[in-house]
This record gives sequence, structure tokens and C-alpha cells, in this order.
Amino acid sequence: MRLTAQDLAVRRSGRRIFSDLSFELGPGAALMVTGRNGAGKSTLLAVLAGRLKPESGTVTVREVGEATLSECLHVVGHRDGLKGPLTAEENLAFARDLLGAPTASPRAALEELGLGHALRLPVGYLSAGQRRRVALARLLVCRRPLWLLDEPTAALDTASQAVLAGMMARHRAEGGLVIAATHQPLGLEDAQELRIEAPRTTAPGAARSTVAADEVWW
Amino acid sequence: MRALKALVARDLALAARVGGSGALSLVFFLMIVALVPFALGPDLNLLSRIGPAILWLAAVLSTLIGLDRLFQADEEDGSLDLMTGSPAPLEGIVLAKVLAHWLTTGLPLALASPLFGLLVALDGRAMAATALTLLVGTPALTFVGAVGAALTASIRRGGLILAVVVLPLMIPTLIFGVSASEAALGGTVPFTTPLAILCALSLIAGVIGTLAAAAALRWSE
Repeated sequence: MRLTAQDLAVRRSGRRIFSDLSFELGPGAALMVTGRNGAGKSTLLAVLAGRLKPESGTVTVREVGEATLSECLHVVGHRDGLKGPLTAEENLAFARDLLGAPTASPRAALEELGLGHALRLPVGYLSAGQRRRVALARLLVCRRPLWLLDEPTAALDTASQAVLAGMMARHRAEGGLVIAATHQPLGLEDAQELRIEAPRTTAPGAARSTVAADEVWW
Repeated sequence: MRALKALVARDLALAARVGGSGALSLVFFLMIVALVPFALGPDLNLLSRIGPAILWLAAVLSTLIGLDRLFQADEEDGSLDLMTGSPAPLEGIVLAKVLAHWLTTGLPLALASPLFGLLVALDGRAMAATALTLLVGTPALTFVGAVGAALTASIRRGGLILAVVVLPLMIPTLIFGVSASEAALGGTVPFTTPLAILCALSLIAGVIGTLAAAAALRWSE
């Protein structure tokens, strides 16, 4: 698939988050979204996922047939969409049935992420890193061409980070797209980088003094 | 279809594992029905005359228990984002969730109502009639409530707002539910007339409630 974002501008509660953001990704491409905390990385991912409407600009997908943008993507973010009382297997089986286009079984996906032993354990018992790995296993149980990852390595140990890098490389080799908001190198080879700088001059008057105080510190 | 079946199965599994709202609303139902005789005194004739009304009022109030979490729980942990990414339409998702919610709250309420009818001195015929009206009337309550639940999904502590928004909309169901139950006890109106209107209310609420709740979820995104 091919994803084009053109002149995206987003305003939330009257505050300009970013503007004039454009990029184009072809099959197998990867985009690393960087920027300081609060710069709008998660906001950009929310716009791409269709959960936030941009103030102006467009996001278009091509070469995906009839599917709409929200049917082409996987999101793994801070809210992991896992239910604590259900086991890891049930959570993944539900995601597979809900999203369609199943590929791997929940067992195979979890084993790939080194969590085969947690198959029948309620997700509520798992640690933050293990939960994140269950959420990442969702990427494998059904096939979707675009992965939107919001700080995917948060709470992951180094071994799992390597597994994730391998998953992303394989996904890209199959023609998939990866867009990741991150502070760390993710092992994405020849990825484009998009650095979001907050347009500070447009901060509203009331907030200006505190922003200025922050500026001194930075 | 497979997605919606999976959603119903998941919500039922969650309700079974957590316990939570289904059992709680049943206990709340019991509490209200049990309190009324204490307030009115041991006048059996009075109790059996207003019994159906008490049961219906208790049913309306206990429907509100757990309704605020219907979409909010999924909103908070990101499951709702997962669902909007499904190829199934959002209306179908809402329908599946409301169905699962009714199976765990409304249906047990209707099934348990004959038992609770004993507390307000209902005779056999009135108990059966009230149970039947609750069975066909509680879907309307749940669907109307789902609209409020969708509107308040992203509001923290939205439970009270939900009650304020939803209760006035439940009045027609309450009126025809009680009048159908009382028609079974005798009177000028045949039992089937208000019962048919009650069924119609459930069907209308099923259509409008599903569409409105899905629209509210889309709008809040």
C-alpha cells in the first residue's frame, strides 16, 4: 500500500499542535516520528488512525483495494486494548476474529514473542512488559499492511526489542508499512525520520508565560 | 458476523469472570423491592395493587447499574479503538455489546422477577404477567440506556449524567410496562394492547438506540 499525508495541521483545544506536515510512504517504507515529550507524536498517530480529525490536510491510502484506512492498520499504543480478566490467548483470538484476515494462531504469535508459557494466564497477572508483548502479538495474528506503533519499546527488555525489530523487518519485506513514534532507535533500516517541532510562537496568551519559563530551562 | 459473535462471546466471558454489573443490578433490584414493604407497612392489598409498579420501577433503576461502564470500559483501555478498526460496522458492534449487556442484566432481572413478586404479595397471574412484560420491556430500557452510555463514554464519573439523560427517555416504557402488568389483573383494557405497544417500543428502541449510540461514539472520537 501507499500512504500519503498532505499538509496536515492539527489543533486541539485551540492550541496548534503542528502544521504543514507532509510525507509519502511506499511499500516497505518506515517512518520514525521523533520529537520532545508533548510535541504531538501520539496526536499524529491518532490522526493517521482516523481517531482525530485534522484541522486541514488529508491522509490518503492507495493500492489497498476496497479497504478504508482504519481497516488497513494495526495500532499498538499506550492503551493496549487488552482485557485483564481474559487470558492472553482469548484476548488475541478476540482481536483476530474482530479484525479479520487471520494469519498466525495466538499460540504461534505468543511463542514468537517468547510468551508461550503465558498463553492461558489472565493478562491482568502479567507485567507491563509482558502486556506490551501480548499487544505486539496482535500484529502477527492478523495481517494488516500499516503498523502504527506508539513507543513500541516502552517497558520491553532488550531481547524483546530485537524480536520486535525482526518482526518489523519481515513486515516491511512483505511490503508493509511501519510508522513508529519513538525516542529510541528501533532497528529500522533506512527509515525516514519526521521530527515534530512544536510551533511555540502560536501558544495562546494565557499559557505564554509558563511556556516562556520552560524555555529558560530548555 | 464472526466479529460480532466474538464480541458477544467476549463480553459474556468478561461478565462471567468479573461478576460485576449483572449480579449487582440483581441485588439492587432485590434491595428496592424489599425496602418498599418496610416503607408502606404490612398492607397486603395495597402491596399487591402497586406491586407491578414497584417491580417496574426497580427494574428501571437497576438497569442503570453498570450501564455507565458499557462503552467507558472499552474506551479507557483502548478496546474501542480496536473495534472501530474492525471491518464490521460500528452499529453492529453497538448491537453486539448491547445484546451481551442485556443477556447479563435485563434477562436475569426478568427471570428473577416472579421470585421478587413474592415480596410484594403478587398472585400467580400477576407475577407471570409482570415477568412477561419485563422480558419484552427490558430490551427497550437497555437500548435507550446505551445511547446515554455512548454519550458519556469519555466522561469520567459520567454515571450520574447518564441517569439524568436516560431516565426521562425510559418513561414511555415504564408507562406501558406497568399498564400491561395491571391490565392482566383485570380492568377495561385487554392485556395484549399495552403488551403490543411495549413490544413495539422495544423494537423502535432497538433501531434508534443502535444508530444513535453508534453516532454518539463516532462523534466523541
